[in-house]
Amino acid sequence: MHTFSYVKATTLKQAGELLAANADAKLLSGGMTLIPTMKARLAQPSHLIDIGGIAELSGIEAKDGKLTIGAATKHVEVAKSAVVKKAIPALAYLASQIGDPQVRNRGTIGGSLANNDPAADYPSAVLSLGATIVTNKREIAADDFFQGLFSTALGAGEMIVKVVFPVPAKAAYEKFPHPASGFAMAGSFVSQRGKDVRVAITGAGPGVFRWKDAEAALGKKLAAASVEGLSVDATDLNEDMHGTKEYRANLAKVMTKRAVGKLSGK
Amino acid sequence: MAKVELKINGKAHSYDVEDRTLLVNLIRDHAQLTGTHVGCDTSQCGACTVHMNGVAVKSCTVLAVQASGADITTIEGMAKGDKLHPVQQAFTECHALQCGFCTPGMIMAVTGFLKDNPKPTDEEIYHGLEGNICRCTGYINIVKAVKQASKAMAK
Ligand SMILES: Cc1cc2nc3c(=O)[nH]c(=O)nc-3n(C[C@H](O)[C@H](O)[C@H](O)COP(=O)(O)OP(=O)(O)OC[C@H]3O[C@@H](n4cnc5c(N)ncnc54)[C@H](O)[C@@H]3O)c2cc1C
Ligand code: FES
Ligand code: FES
Repeated sequence: MHTFSYVKATTLKQAGELLAANADAKLLSGGMTLIPTMKARLAQPSHLIDIGGIAELSGIEAKDGKLTIGAATKHVEVAKSAVVKKAIPALAYLASQIGDPQVRNRGTIGGSLANNDPAADYPSAVLSLGATIVTNKREIAADDFFQGLFSTALGAGEMIVKVVFPVPAKAAYEKFPHPASGFAMAGSFVSQRGKDVRVAITGAGPGVFRWKDAEAALGKKLAAASVEGLSVDATDLNEDMHGTKEYRANLAKVMTKRAVGKLSGK
Repeated sequence: MAKVELKINGKAHSYDVEDRTLLVNLIRDHAQLTGTHVGCDTSQCGACTVHMNGVAVKSCTVLAVQASGADITTIEGMAKGDKLHPVQQAFTECHALQCGFCTPGMIMAVTGFLKDNPKPTDEEIYHGLEGNICRCTGYINIVKAVKQASKAMAK
């Protein structure tokens, strides 16, 4: 790992100022992506601003049909939270399926979203549920936030503060995990709010995306059979040693059908 | 450089380390507790698992400075004198190790897992040990040991 200076921020304001003052600084949340990346010398920040201990960034609250989760809230906290289990059980389930226990004990929702790994789990929930990402500068709608492979709408000096999820009528997540890492080979988050059904696919493409044909069909009839005749366009999907584009397109469909089959809510 | 003050196995320590020093290096090189192993150094294998404030973490993926003020438990802190921790005892009795390289990390992961889930099913044990790899493929006996430890600890 290259050398850097570590600074522990204690308030949101201080973290924002440190970030603004150092162009090559990076925020350190759970470190479960950033530290391995730095060890592989794929990132070389001048400063690490540790936001893991900032109280304002942590916590879970359900109020007025919305579930709010602070950026530095750990996966384990979301997975175990009675509040999340009551409001959006599919989200608690999703968090319980990330990586392994040690990763869940450190990794955070803000770090996962900022990183936007094409196979990460949270982006699918955020996109499907139409959540809002609140930063230290503005609010960003999920549809505008994810911009493909490891890129997001976050600008320089911008930090995720919290994520606000509208509570859906029903939601479910299903993923086919890579057997070694746990990352999604393909995952599908299906949710229903009013007449609106949204399907977000992760793992299969260069970034999370909405499968709009499935949304339209499920909007008419919310049953696994509705997606039977459809297929995910494989043209731009990922292809690597783990699977072809066509394999991933099929997995995305299978995961969607399974998710529809286990939709839960109030 | 950074000053790191922390407790390891109940004993207070203070070290001056580089900002980039990993917790596992502080434990092995500075505190000279070499029971905690480095297998992959890429956050995959869990050989470096220790408890930080009571929860299992991969110490190769935590900076030593991040652990400042924390309470760390390593494999050396598990036995009470000559009396092995029930998880250690169960690993010994069930033959849950061959070369023993993964064992300290396994034992720390199992202990963390049993706190949350004192009576796990086989499925739950598989899921709970996803962060640990054993290259001697001793998983069958490891699962046996987890069940035996769970029974012993319930008494
Ligand atoms: C073995 C292993 C298995 C894994 N398996 C999975 C899996 O199955 N599914 C999955 O989804 N993920 C998986 N992960 C990734 C894990 O979920 C990480 O926790 C997550 O991607 C990053 O969160 P973090 O808090 O650790 O972020 P960090 O590593 O601290 O940061 C990641 C990036 O986000 C930036 N950042 C952090 N917080 C903020 C913020 N508040 N605002 C703006 N930028 C910020 C950082 O500067 C950095 O660039 C795995 C990781 C490992 C090591
Ligand atoms: S050495 Fe830390 S996970 Fe392998
Ligand atoms: S006993 Fe040899 S690696 Fe597990």
